[in-house]
Amino acid sequence: MLTDNLKKLAQEGLWRNNPALVQVLGLCPLLAVSSSLVNALALGLATMAVLALSNLGVSLIRNLTSDAIRLPTFVMIIAAFTTCIEFLMHAFTYELYLILGIFIPLIVTNCIVLGRADAFASKNKPLVALWDGLMMGLGFGLVLVALGAMRELLGTGAVMANMHLLFGPGAESWRLELVADYKGFLVAVLPPGAFIMLGLLLALKNVIDARVTALKARHQAPLQRGSKRVRTTGDIA
Amino acid sequence: MITAAMVKHSAILAAFAVVTTGVVVLTANATKSQIDHNRSAHLEQRLRAVFPQPQLDEQLAQQAQVVAPSPLLGTKKPSLVYIAHQDQENAGVILEVVAPEGYGGAINLLVGVDLQGTITGVRVVPPHAETPGLGDAIEVKKSGWIKGFNGKSLANTSTAQWAVKKDGGKFDSFTGATITPRAVVNAVHGALQYFANEQHRLLAPEAIDSTLGEAPDADG
Repeated sequence: MLTDNLKKLAQEGLWRNNPALVQVLGLCPLLAVSSSLVNALALGLATMAVLALSNLGVSLIRNLTSDAIRLPTFVMIIAAFTTCIEFLMHAFTYELYLILGIFIPLIVTNCIVLGRADAFASKNKPLVALWDGLMMGLGFGLVLVALGAMRELLGTGAVMANMHLLFGPGAESWRLELVADYKGFLVAVLPPGAFIMLGLLLALKNVIDARVTALKARHQAPLQRGSKRVRTTGDIA
Repeated sequence: MITAAMVKHSAILAAFAVVTTGVVVLTANATKSQIDHNRSAHLEQRLRAVFPQPQLDEQLAQQAQVVAPSPLLGTKKPSLVYIAHQDQENAGVILEVVAPEGYGGAINLLVGVDLQGTITGVRVVPPHAETPGLGDAIEVKKSGWIKGFNGKSLANTSTAQWAVKKDGGKFDSFTGATITPRAVVNAVHGALQYFANEQHRLLAPEAIDSTLGEAPDADG
């Protein structure tokens, strides 16, 4: 029963109710930071951490607050966790902190975080809320990473450049040059490219959903039309 | 009734404020030394990149003096000059320079110059707003262009040659971007002229005391 529920939450966060692709929330950081995979991954992880921790925090105190003051308390929790994450990134991933800059503190204003806190965490038990935060954050982060990878690949012909900013010096050689001697496709790295790519991702999701629905309908069709007879008279028992 | 609810709510909110602020303060204290260390290490690394002489007497970042704004430096606010020492002698300076006419606005640069007025290195200080893929080739990460300044001086490069090739000068520009390299070349040229005019004052032993009075702006 509980595992079913958790599975459902995972599906919601990752696909059916994906924060970026379905709710289309948090677009500002999504579009601004997705110019390369390492930036996207870092902001995705930071957002996921804030989302999970604030969901947990909000759920833990859900019986202490009343309706009138619930939003200010949620905002305090979210702001505190975001500030802590900012300090940690400043201390341990300094160069990435310099690159992401203002978008780390702006996690506070990401609608997904307050949205999940109010719509879900404040009505559910702590561990379920934590799981929901993780899954929603993962769903957001995956879209961010996909967008970052697409833009970096189209823009520079390579992916995973500068991964050492996140994973230490050993990761410097992770850069994968997929197209040799690539001239660069500038618009992919510029802001309009972010909008176009996100549009393509949204379209892709809709196509896949439509295919899946059509497939299901086809599988069910013969059953309904079939020659099965149901006895309606006589003693069934 | 209403007062009772108000008191209760205020108490809860106050408690939350105290707890959350406490968490933030704890994290800030726990990370402070690491952050300070990162900051100074990063600054030192940047300075070393434009003045890569191995046997300097001390950390470059500790040898800063404030200089007044100058059109040759492109500065509108007081900026810093770092003095490098080797064996208790002056070895050169690192100037903070602004190229005001970049394509996306001002570009901040660090320019290292030795005592002969020869450039030891130039680097862009992020962030800048030059076009990704075109103008950002001024970053050392993106191309080696900026290293083309190494070894140049007013003596070996005439005033007319301090320009991009398109304008009849000695320096390459990038495909699709002339404005950015032109701005950087002009700024570096200005920095060398500034050093030629001011080097006696900058390198005089008493210079540090006479200029420290002018504090730099807080946002510098």
